[in-house]
Amino acid sequence: MIARIAIDAGFQVTISASDSPEKIALITEVMTPGAKPRWARDAVKDADIVVLAMPLHRFATFDPAVVRGKIVIDAMNYWPPADGVQEMFQDRHYSTSEIVQRRLARSTVVKTLNHIGYHDLEDARRPAGSPERRAIGVASDDSGAAQVVDDVIDRIGYDTVRLGGLSAGRLLEPGGPVFGALLRRSAFDMAIRAKAA
Amino acid sequence: MQFPLEFGLDTFGDVTHDANDHPLSHAQTIRNVVEQGVLADQVGVDFIGIGEHHTDDFPMPAADVVLAAIAARTSRIRVGSAVTVLSSDDPVRVFQRYSTLNAISNGRAEVILGRGSSIDSFPLFGYDLADYEDLFEEKVNLFAELRKGGPVTWHGKTRAPLSSQDVVPHTEFGAFPAWIGVGGSPQSVVRAAHYGFGLMLAIIGGSPARFIPFSRLFQQALDRFGQPPLPVGVHSPGHVAETDEKAREDFWPRYLQVITHVAETRGFAIPTKESFMNEVGPRGALYVGSPETVAQKIAANLTALGASRFDLKYGMGGLSHEALMRNIELYGTQVVPRVRALLA
Repeated sequence: MIARIAIDAGFQVTISASDSPEKIALITEVMTPGAKPRWARDAVKDADIVVLAMPLHRFATFDPAVVRGKIVIDAMNYWPPADGVQEMFQDRHYSTSEIVQRRLARSTVVKTLNHIGYHDLEDARRPAGSPERRAIGVASDDSGAAQVVDDVIDRIGYDTVRLGGLSAGRLLEPGGPVFGALLRRSAFDMAIRAKAA
Repeated sequence: MQFPLEFGLDTFGDVTHDANDHPLSHAQTIRNVVEQGVLADQVGVDFIGIGEHHTDDFPMPAADVVLAAIAARTSRIRVGSAVTVLSSDDPVRVFQRYSTLNAISNGRAEVILGRGSSIDSFPLFGYDLADYEDLFEEKVNLFAELRKGGPVTWHGKTRAPLSSQDVVPHTEFGAFPAWIGVGGSPQSVVRAAHYGFGLMLAIIGGSPARFIPFSRLFQQALDRFGQPPLPVGVHSPGHVAETDEKAREDFWPRYLQVITHVAETRGFAIPTKESFMNEVGPRGALYVGSPETVAQKIAANLTALGASRFDLKYGMGGLSHEALMRNIELYGTQVVPRVRALLA
């Protein structure tokens, strides 16, 4: 879904999965026309931004070298009731994206796009200035990377709300004040501030 | 339309409440589901499906037993699972149970297989949720072999191997219909096409139109694998009453309560009246309203999705058995004929 709306917004998109490009070709052709299926290593080679959206239990075996030097959007969520308990993400002192960043030490992680339901993601897009436009939270320890991602999300069709560092990314996690909520910017701000206070 | 239109009802055995708003016992809930299935048959519904669940508010772990009771009291309606959580079951046992149901019902059994979005069965039977994709893939593969009939030779990681194993009871009229229930995984769509199962789209939130690419993917995958045409179905929740207002008034507080409970365990947002009205409207997934409103929405979405089957997931924890019976009656006597007329 992220690929579909990114293509709509005029970005070049490649997709990789655990299966070979041949095996996912049929799916990408129909579900994300315009996106090229590739092995992960080839997919990220020329990419400015890499979106990670895999079940978190797979992350433990993901090779950090694949995304070295890249801006990495962490769109993943940790839901023990749905994914099982993952040892790596059990330390609740850290947001899940801080744990992702620690493992991807050579990449710049930006937490975003995780708190909006994938079925809402396509429907709720609106052009800039629309009173109906919804907001998406962005958290990163690197404000330059966050700015790049802000611009992408704006082009896709959402306002952004900057949350400060990755530790604040926990405000976007399941059980947090905006998870699944689909709010306009002012309401999003308020929900975040009420919780952070 | 390539396949005849079919209209079903699905339940998860949602616990109903009595006139004082107290929950009925699990035992009474199950007996009421049998009555609901019998009524569905009487009012002309084509299919009754029971979804496997293992919780206090959905005491429905043995759908096949309940379906057998319905089959014994009816002669026309098709009976099936909606869904069987195959990932945490044994494909041989699933085949045996539904093949037995097929015998009892004179060939009216169906199976809808799911990977398991309601995941209570995993810890209960000692499965690791992290394996659910692999479990499902392997078990669907074995189930597809079993469904063909005849001796099966198979080996994998999730159960003992089979060597020219004759699995009984044999089916009488060839393979019974099987579907894969898909909630959002394109891999599952391709899998359904690969094994020659129907595609049952579980659309429980958001715009049904976003499933159009799934339907298209299914058709292309069937072509790619050289499979014959196979039907696409839609499963969605709803509630039918005399008027739109009554249906919403009945349904909304129960829906709020049930989804709030689910939200606590799954981290979802709690629905608002605004989000509910969106779901009830033309761009949402809920079929809540008068027979006319619900019929119009079913007709529109079957057309958009190229689907020939619609299964309404009726009931919501806390509604009364009587409200469910009225829902079933209105669905069978008014909604279904109206959709047929609209699509004729």
